[in-house]
Amino acid sequence: MSSPHAEHGDPAVAFETAKLGIWTFLATEVLLFGALFTAYAVYRAKFPALFQAEHLKLDRVLGTVNTVVLITSSLTVVLGVDAVRKGKTRLLQAYYGATVLLGGVFLCVKYVEWTAEFSHGVFPGTNIFFSLYFVMTGLHGLHVFLGMCVLAYVVLLARKGRLSENYTTPVEMSGLYWHFVDLVWIYLLPLLYLIG
Amino acid sequence: MNHGTTGARRTYIAVYAALVALTIVTVSVSYVDLGMMNVVVALLIASAKASLVALFFMHLKGENRLVWGFALVPILFLLLIIFGTLVDTQLR
Repeated sequence: MSSPHAEHGDPAVAFETAKLGIWTFLATEVLLFGALFTAYAVYRAKFPALFQAEHLKLDRVLGTVNTVVLITSSLTVVLGVDAVRKGKTRLLQAYYGATVLLGGVFLCVKYVEWTAEFSHGVFPGTNIFFSLYFVMTGLHGLHVFLGMCVLAYVVLLARKGRLSENYTTPVEMSGLYWHFVDLVWIYLLPLLYLIG
Repeated sequence: MNHGTTGARRTYIAVYAALVALTIVTVSVSYVDLGMMNVVVALLIASAKASLVALFFMHLKGENRLVWGFALVPILFLLLIIFGTLVDTQLR
């Protein structure tokens, strides 16, 4: 193995490469959500009174509950990463399975909120605040759903015996993605529910 | 690939407790009218929470400079985009 490309077969190098890859992907995600955050900033500066009045129509308690659900799911992810680093793949399956369930709880609460808003005659076209609210929470919800699919796939990999303390890459990379989805929500809660 | 320990688990749970506490604080503060300070406080608390998640849950704390660069440069660009757009739309 003295070829100049020998390091490409090195698992440690492969791991670092995958990590830079996922951080690059997250950079594009920052800018995707960033466009919406920019739109939010512009319209909030333009219509402060509208944002102030409309944000009170959101359910602050459900928003808070969902925040705790998502933070808890980030904890179960990091504990899953910790488990696989020690070679405990059964424990990893339990933690990632719990994360998928918590993601499901989050989406159910979001469904209840949206349904209540529709029944109160509030729609994406109602005004600029609710346009932004539905697009931002909708895009975020899509990310939660895709994250659940990816984490479920990681559980499947673990069941097939494909993961160990020597190969944690899929666990760590999907975990980084899930934490990013949590990060976005950490900003959505105050911007939409708390300060409008 | 640094391997986790019981110490790591304890750290994660402490970070989790801090995140839940900060959530309760930011929601409680939102019921008090502080004028423009409401926005400042809410964004500061959100950024504190985001930092905790990035440093400990995403393990940025133990990462090398290259990964830090990959994490911070997009945020720099985002702030630039928001600031530049606001300057343009507010002063037009």
